[in-house]
Amino acid sequence: MSRTSQAAVIRRKRGDYRQKWAFLFCLPNMLFFLVFFVAPAIVGIWYSLTNYNGLKRMDFIGLENYIELFKDPEFYKILLNTAKFVLVYVPLGYVAALGMAMILVSDTMKGSTILRILIYWPTLLSTIMVGLTWKWIFGENFGLINYLLESAGLPRIGWSSNAVAAFLTTVIAGVWAGCGTNMLIFIGALKQIPEELKDAAKIDGANAWEIFKAITIPHLRPVTFMVVMLSAITGFKEFAMVQTLTNGGPGTATTYMIQYIYTTGFTKLRVGYASAASMVLFVILLVLSFLQSKAMDSGDEQ
Amino acid sequence: MRRFLNILKYVLAFAIAFIWIFPVLWLVVSSFKGGNELFRYPMTFFPDEPTLANYQEAMEQFNFLMYTFNTAFITFIATIITIIMSSMCGYALAKYRYKWLNVFFFCLLATTMLPTEVIMRPSFMVVYKLGLYDSLWGCIIPTVGTMTGVFLMRQFFITVPNELIESARIDGANEGKIFTRLMLPICRAQVAILAIFSFRWRWNDYIWPLLALRSPEKYTLQLALRTLSGAEAVNWTVLLAASVITMIPVLIVFIVFNKQIMTANMSSGVKG
Repeated sequence: MSRTSQAAVIRRKRGDYRQKWAFLFCLPNMLFFLVFFVAPAIVGIWYSLTNYNGLKRMDFIGLENYIELFKDPEFYKILLNTAKFVLVYVPLGYVAALGMAMILVSDTMKGSTILRILIYWPTLLSTIMVGLTWKWIFGENFGLINYLLESAGLPRIGWSSNAVAAFLTTVIAGVWAGCGTNMLIFIGALKQIPEELKDAAKIDGANAWEIFKAITIPHLRPVTFMVVMLSAITGFKEFAMVQTLTNGGPGTATTYMIQYIYTTGFTKLRVGYASAASMVLFVILLVLSFLQSKAMDSGDEQ
Repeated sequence: MRRFLNILKYVLAFAIAFIWIFPVLWLVVSSFKGGNELFRYPMTFFPDEPTLANYQEAMEQFNFLMYTFNTAFITFIATIITIIMSSMCGYALAKYRYKWLNVFFFCLLATTMLPTEVIMRPSFMVVYKLGLYDSLWGCIIPTVGTMTGVFLMRQFFITVPNELIESARIDGANEGKIFTRLMLPICRAQVAILAIFSFRWRWNDYIWPLLALRSPEKYTLQLALRTLSGAEAVNWTVLLAASVITMIPVLIVFIVFNKQIMTANMSSGVKG
């Protein structure tokens, strides 16, 4: 055997041995991926094609669940509720987070750290706690807001009996809870903008609004996209907070997708039907994630 | 003019921060008000007669020690496993070059698109079939693989120079030794961040305890809180005190590690 081929054999052996280690390092996560991601996904698709009711009965019924779903006015209502929530929650959360980031970005500002901490604080609470906190504030008979309204001579608002008011409470609680994280992401991005650019614009006579429009916003574009998509996904996933705050009521006015899937699948035991709804939500999230990864890629290129 | 704007900015910043923190403050001060003062008009911010009666009642009605123990057990074990799995996998993804690793990385990315919330019923089935139903392990095992954790570790290990590993190889260290003796010690900061985040995720987790636990004596704090608040007539006196107690551990961790948490959030956008 020639020397070079001997070296090649040694190298290959070493390669095999390293590959084994690499595989070993990944093995736990691979098993996890198969058991807790692939398996439920397949089971979910299978369920959605059956009339499974959580007990014994499970017959294959093809696309019947999907057909029923797309004819079901209740499903459309829930979908619309969720979409409405996302459409209000995402822009509001975006403006709030960006606004606070702009105010608190400078490290020289006295107290900016403590203010950041205060605004970040609610993100530490569990979703249940967020729901509870606002339930206490928005209580119809005992809540602070209605008390303040009354003291100001205004009529009380039926925060849990009026559909629009209940919707607003879920938006407020959602924005409040998620703002801190996004604010920090924006602060990180704002710090990346070179100061010279702004100084140059100032010398050219640009005012604050023009600088914001011409320099800040374009620089924030990749991060903006990421934040918007992540918030949209969070919005579509809202569950425990709303369940605690309004329990989906009044009626189904604030019942969003996950709660609907949960009630249909676990309380009403229509597992097949709930799984079909899951798949619809999955497609929505898939599109959002796809858009997000596209935006991240173009952000990396910059 | 400039000075005026600066003052305005301050006022605005403090006003917003105050509004932001107020709901929690209100919850905390309310928890010290006695049952009759809680629903009394006119309302006052501070309790007239601060009392610990609500806490006493909560302690009696609410088996805090048990729920705290369950939650702490889940949090502790899950965090340790998460750190081990994430650092191993992140290291492999960063420092080895094989086609299947790239494929696997994409598979992991895909997991973020199908969150557990969406497939609760099938996930429940998996937990059930694995014999993890109604066991604390049912809230541990399904949560230990996290894309965020793997990604955090991978991003760090990419910055470690390959020469360091090569020279260790030349010295005859095997791959396992390189990882445990050389790589783990230098990623201490990342491990700390992941530990803090994992602590928060698990302490506040609701979905998996909801799916996996049935017996009340295995409930976590969040699940117990939810049971209290989901009752027909909500017992606010107990609930307020109980909720204040459940957020104390997370608060302590945040006070100690706020710098690390906020920096991690700022640079990588790690979602909490």
